[in-house]
Amino acid sequence: MPSPGYGDGREQWPLYEVFIRAGRGLSHVHAGSLHAPDAEMAVRNARDLYTRRGEGVSIWVVASADITASDPDARGAFFESPQGKEYRHATYYTESETVPHL
Amino acid sequence: MNAHAVGSHQRYTKRAISAAVSPEIVATWVDAGTAVADPAVAQYALGIADDLLILAQQLGAWISHAPELEEDLALGNIGLDLLGQARSLLTYAGSAWGKSEDDLAYFRDESEFRCRWLFELPNGDFGQTIARQLVASVVLRALFARLADSRDSTLAAISAKAVKEVEYHVDHAAQWVRRLGLGTAESNRRMQASLDFVWPYVDELFQPDPQAAGLDGIAVDPTTLRGDFEAVVPPLIEASGLQVPIVTPSTGGGRFGIHTEHLGRLLAELQVLARQHPGAVW
Repeated sequence: MPSPGYGDGREQWPLYEVFIRAGRGLSHVHAGSLHAPDAEMAVRNARDLYTRRGEGVSIWVVASADITASDPDARGAFFESPQGKEYRHATYYTESETVPHL
Repeated sequence: MNAHAVGSHQRYTKRAISAAVSPEIVATWVDAGTAVADPAVAQYALGIADDLLILAQQLGAWISHAPELEEDLALGNIGLDLLGQARSLLTYAGSAWGKSEDDLAYFRDESEFRCRWLFELPNGDFGQTIARQLVASVVLRALFARLADSRDSTLAAISAKAVKEVEYHVDHAAQWVRRLGLGTAESNRRMQASLDFVWPYVDELFQPDPQAAGLDGIAVDPTTLRGDFEAVVPPLIEASGLQVPIVTPSTGGGRFGIHTEHLGRLLAELQVLARQHPGAVW
């Protein structure tokens, strides 16, 4: 999506990721991404794109380029360790009869 | 609309509109007879409504034409805010004469409109739209902030909602004036040209409003709004690497039904459907 202003006609606004908090006590949740000339305008664009129906009370934006992500190709090895370790879930354990009110 | 047939969507809509004054809420007041405008107040409200309606119509033309998709949305949202305010005011004004918002928007001719010339100015390029929007938004914010204290409770309620919306419009325009003014040589040149283009039409916004006379405590005398404008706009322009234009003001005359050549074409597009298919709904 070229932006006007530069002679070569290929300038592009950077991409930002948008996080919206729907209400008090809730977390910011990733809502989508958008283009903006800078972070301040990204907050405003996010307000216009993602809160038109009253979806949020707070907005965070972060430049997509600033996000360090796990490697999707290494998914198998990266997330293998927890598999088979059901004892990490509370539901793995049976209630003790001698400890009431647990 | 049958509430049972539409289920949860209708519940959501009801909750959403109950939170703020909307044209639909004003219509229920008018229908219930709890908001019936005095004819002099109606005439005053009509002038403001026409400013808002014409500006909303113009901003709508940017949708799918803005420099970026994100700005399509921003300008569209601002236009819809203004349209909602215009509809509320038209509905209220119409209560004085037994007319609906549609009667007033679609079935008045050019000389019956009371919008001022700034609002009729063509969109031009993005800079020109932003220059027009900055001036309009700052004046509207000052107007609604005072009208929110009007002795006319309906005008006050509509204005209390509007002032919050317009606060954002001021911010949006100010952000862009800064960026275009301090951007490239080309963006600075075009932003300055845009300010030069709209500046002759600023003065009319502070001319005495014939419809406001005699409505002390209800209407706002436009001459009192100049201070708010001077406190905000010239400092912003100078901080953005631009100059406050020095120009001869236009004669104006929108409040008297005298208009620029732009209004006729705008109204033709706004009104053609309703006039060719009277009573059409969609």
